Amino acid sequence: MRLTQGQFSFLPDLTDAEIRAQVQYALDQGWAVAVEFTDDPHPRNAYWEMWGTPLFDLRDAVGVMQEVTACRQVHAGRYVKVLAFDSTRGFETVRMSFLVGRPAEEPGFELVRSQGPGQQIQYTLRSYATGSPAGVRYAAPPPPAGGAT
Amino acid sequence: MDDRITADMLDLKSRYKPGVLKYRQMGYWQPDYTPTDTDILAVFRITPQDGVEPEEAAAAVAGESSTATWTVVWTDRLTACEHYRAKAYQVDPVPGAPGQYFAYIAYDLDLFEEGSIANLTASIIGNVFGFKPLKALRLEDMRIPVAYLKTFQGPATGIVVERERLNNYGRPLLGATMKPKLGLSGRNYGRVVYEALKGGLDFTKDDENINSQPFMHWRDRYLYCMEGVNRAMAETGEVKGTYLNVTAGTMEEMYERAEFAKSLGSVIIMIDLVIGYTAIQSMARWARRNDMILHLHRAGHSTYTRQKSHGVSFRVIAKWMRMAGVDHIHAGTVVGKLEGDPNVIAGIYDTCRESHVPKNLEHGLFFDQPWAGLKKMMPVASGGIHAGQMHQLLCYLGEDVVLQFGGGTIGHPMGIQAGATANRVALEVMVKARNEGRDIWNEGPEILADAARWCAPLKAALETWKDVTFNYASTDSVDYVPTPAVAM
Repeated sequence: MRLTQGQFSFLPDLTDAEIRAQVQYALDQGWAVAVEFTDDPHPRNAYWEMWGTPLFDLRDAVGVMQEVTACRQVHAGRYVKVLAFDSTRGFETVRMSFLVGRPAEEPGFELVRSQGPGQQIQYTLRSYATGSPAGVRYAAPPPPAGGAT
Repeated sequence: MDDRITADMLDLKSRYKPGVLKYRQMGYWQPDYTPTDTDILAVFRITPQDGVEPEEAAAAVAGESSTATWTVVWTDRLTACEHYRAKAYQVDPVPGAPGQYFAYIAYDLDLFEEGSIANLTASIIGNVFGFKPLKALRLEDMRIPVAYLKTFQGPATGIVVERERLNNYGRPLLGATMKPKLGLSGRNYGRVVYEALKGGLDFTKDDENINSQPFMHWRDRYLYCMEGVNRAMAETGEVKGTYLNVTAGTMEEMYERAEFAKSLGSVIIMIDLVIGYTAIQSMARWARRNDMILHLHRAGHSTYTRQKSHGVSFRVIAKWMRMAGVDHIHAGTVVGKLEGDPNVIAGIYDTCRESHVPKNLEHGLFFDQPWAGLKKMMPVASGGIHAGQMHQLLCYLGEDVVLQFGGGTIGHPMGIQAGATANRVALEVMVKARNEGRDIWNEGPEILADAARWCAPLKAALETWKDVTFNYASTDSVDYVPTPAVAM
């Protein structure tokens, strides 16, 4: 399956230039950009791991892209997303969220049904990946060609 | 301000003749009055009968919507009647509409019960709308003071928390109303829900008249819909919802349906405007207590919002509904099949979404309206819209809106999933282009055509609906000329 959380998951994966353009838009609005990653993509997992704190003082898209790139390298094979936080009164929340990295293989979710009273069914969504311990949930990216045997 | 009974008023022959009731003399016309910060203000469009002076008609509206009856009663003199009288304080001719006037009226806070839309409306749109000396009467706008707003709950969830619960940011939400409106069995209905949500929509929706009919009782619908919702969540990894309509004949029945929706894990329920203001407030309180998003379908509103001369403008209804506490409200599309002048719609959307709405006569907003921390209400655009209009919808309606493509999803030639995907791709590509700084108003068709090269469902959608537009003159537009003389 393809996880379609975020603003642009129905489009082809964004290029670095396209990510930078979106980051620039966020900065132009006065929002703080943040990078987060996870290996637990449950739709109600509100707290992905933070790649540092939101970049409140970084007003330059090139600098933000360095953080995006670094996070994607360290956490290759996990989900990585870019967020924009708006501190304006009346919002004070996330204003943008889009994926910039995902595992090569996405096993998706099992829908667990348990019988309730009458015709009722209680549904639980379980990520196939979270059956494994954190850190080894997704296949490591393939080793470079010609590497050590 | 003469409280004494005059000979004129005791003359039965002239009593029923329009214009002879001297509301002006009873203290309801006070051109020198300066409204206070805690007054509730209303502006009415009045069309007096021939021979009735506009100031007298305005005074009569003030009187009939507050303390007055058709004659002076001595029992007024047992009260602080000056305090309780509404005061008409300004009358302006309506630009371009001979015989019509905007009448501004101030009501003291003490005239109204706290936290009750029913009480507020019983005065403001009560008997006065049938008053004989007026040919027609329309409530155009109101200013609700902070002191009164703070006695209302406001939206149960609000836009910010709704987005946080749905894990969905930075783009309009997508929905679709299930079609056909009537006749599907529960199992078949749930199929449409599943297909539309899996294809890329965030929400599906019961229509206003889907309650519990012989072809599909409500429990069947809820059970199968939630199977569809949960299947689609597993397939996409996104939070999905379907507006389960809990509208029913009694409050007890509505609470039972809402509880069942909650027990099945639904994130949202819906009600129809026709259940009435008190029932809406009750459901809003239930929704706040039960972590539920509350969608309001405005069934019935066009009977009184559409004609400019008589009724209640929808921007006032929207204001009352934000106070009453709903989270979603149908608020117009501009480009779709239902009534919607762009300026009027802009005023309504601001009323739903802004923390402070400044006076803007061009948008039909006659007063500054602070919202005093009441949450924001998500406007819903529904009715005759399709993927080919995505650039216009984003420009007109902005980001915090639910775009609902019913026919524009289910009527797709390649199937429901393809219809949903076409809408989602069109939306994402348009938001992306806007953020990149492109001029989507002019380049929108080109942006969609480019995406259609790699997205077959979008290509089919654009071809199917390319010529569909609803270009009719709006019946509800704003009567406004930009002169400084109007409405200080």
